[in-house]
Amino acid sequence: MDTILKLLEENGQLTAEQIAVMLGKTEEEVKAAIKQYEDTGVIIGYTTLIDWDKTDREYVSAIIELKVTPQRDKGFDRIAEKIYNYPEVTSVSLVSGGFDLLVTIEGKTLKDVAYFVANKLAPMEDVISTATHFVLKKYKDKGIVYGAPEVDERGNIL
Amino acid sequence: MTDYSRLLSPKVQALKPSGIRKFFDLLDEMKDAVSLTVGQPDFVTPWHIREAAIESLERGKTYYTSNSGLAELRSEISKYQKRRFGLEYDPQSEVIVTIGGSEAIDLALRTIVCPGDEVILPVPAFVCYEPLIKLAGGTPVLIKTKEENKFKLTPQELRAAISPKTKLLILPYPNNPTGAVMDADDVAAIADVLRGTDILILSDEIYAELTYSGKHVSIASMPGMRERTVIAAGFSKAYAMTGWRLGYTLAPAEITSQMVKIHQFAIMCAPTQSQYAAIEALRAGDEDIEMMKAEYDRRRRYIVDRLRKLGLPCFEPEGAFYVFPNIGGFGMTSDEFCEKLLYEERVAIVPGTAFGECGEGFARISYAYSVKHIDIALERIGKFMERLK
Repeated sequence: MDTILKLLEENGQLTAEQIAVMLGKTEEEVKAAIKQYEDTGVIIGYTTLIDWDKTDREYVSAIIELKVTPQRDKGFDRIAEKIYNYPEVTSVSLVSGGFDLLVTIEGKTLKDVAYFVANKLAPMEDVISTATHFVLKKYKDKGIVYGAPEVDERGNIL
Repeated sequence: MTDYSRLLSPKVQALKPSGIRKFFDLLDEMKDAVSLTVGQPDFVTPWHIREAAIESLERGKTYYTSNSGLAELRSEISKYQKRRFGLEYDPQSEVIVTIGGSEAIDLALRTIVCPGDEVILPVPAFVCYEPLIKLAGGTPVLIKTKEENKFKLTPQELRAAISPKTKLLILPYPNNPTGAVMDADDVAAIADVLRGTDILILSDEIYAELTYSGKHVSIASMPGMRERTVIAAGFSKAYAMTGWRLGYTLAPAEITSQMVKIHQFAIMCAPTQSQYAAIEALRAGDEDIEMMKAEYDRRRRYIVDRLRKLGLPCFEPEGAFYVFPNIGGFGMTSDEFCEKLLYEERVAIVPGTAFGECGEGFARISYAYSVKHIDIALERIGKFMERLK
């Protein structure tokens, strides 16, 4: 059944009817499968990939490496939760290597982001250090290449 | 002024230029047209395969290879055919690496066909066979396959077409343009007709990997058939490698040793970089094939379902990446239907007549396009159909 997941991960706009035809199943079967994925939290949301650089929205994003002190019993979960509750934060991951949490945040201006790091993140108890990387240009995200509108270069050959 | 018609080969002058050109010129001018005409994969060659070619350049592999192709590549081809289709060919003496499946077809025809020979060709079929048969001096004997037989060649049809002059049968399955396949029982029945005759077979298996109703079965795997069969195969469709121009022949050593002479003098060898890429494809590309095949299969089901719901009768294709709907019920010829569709709704599909008169009443629709693209085109075809009703 994870073909349905793969199809939806690539294109969240596919309808249950379309998927059913493609996989030779009934629409009801596909609907039931998707519902179960949603109910059990396998599918946790649907979103749209937007290249904000092509709009006039003021927008910056940054990737922040955080070193933190894990808490007894809770490990990193408690501090991660505190961080992801901020609406500016778009993703939080625990990673291996030289630091612990990888956080991405969005803001209107460089100043916004700098303010958030300096006044919200860095002073948090358990945060040992931060390193902020502003995103200058996004090339590819979620498997999709940015900025390159698809041109069909195939000539008309039978 | 020189009268070229007296100077140039009458055989070549007698060939008809491809009739579809006019339609494609029209299409090229319409910038807003949505096309479902293309006969090649929409996937780009997988990166690891491209990388192997780049690496071969970096390492300075810029020389000719041996005429038959890199020994390593022929050995991988042999293993691949065994692994995927259960066929056994000796890499030393029974494989020639060619410039695409096209050269493989030409090599076989030029090696086998003599003036006066008849070559049986089930149609509709790809456009290259007839002219190449004629250039080799042969006479094409066309068998018009039928929609009610799922465009398969039947043993009765074959038996009726055989004459004392029959030299060769071409088996173009999975088929472009119909999407028809010949399964194990179908090829066994053909083998029964041929057994006991001296008729050779050219089996064009370029779409072998794109068989959706089970595994492709080569006629060469049937008892008594291997010794009379030349298989033309290649990398274009299975690995999305059309532009690399790489294919091969598989045939008994006695036939291969004759074909290789033409290849040697006319071609020398297939492009070296493409051969290195192909080695990588065969070694690590099985998953790529499965991934692309699964995607084509989903589109196939989708497009057939949509076309039928729009009121276009459409036999279920089981191979390649084409559907061949019946458009004969609207009081128009295929050409008229396709031109009207292009002018009125800006959607291009190929009139069946591009594949000969046998294609009248049908059109070829390619699904080597993204689902999104297919959706846009089908919506427009839907509007067109509404008006026709």
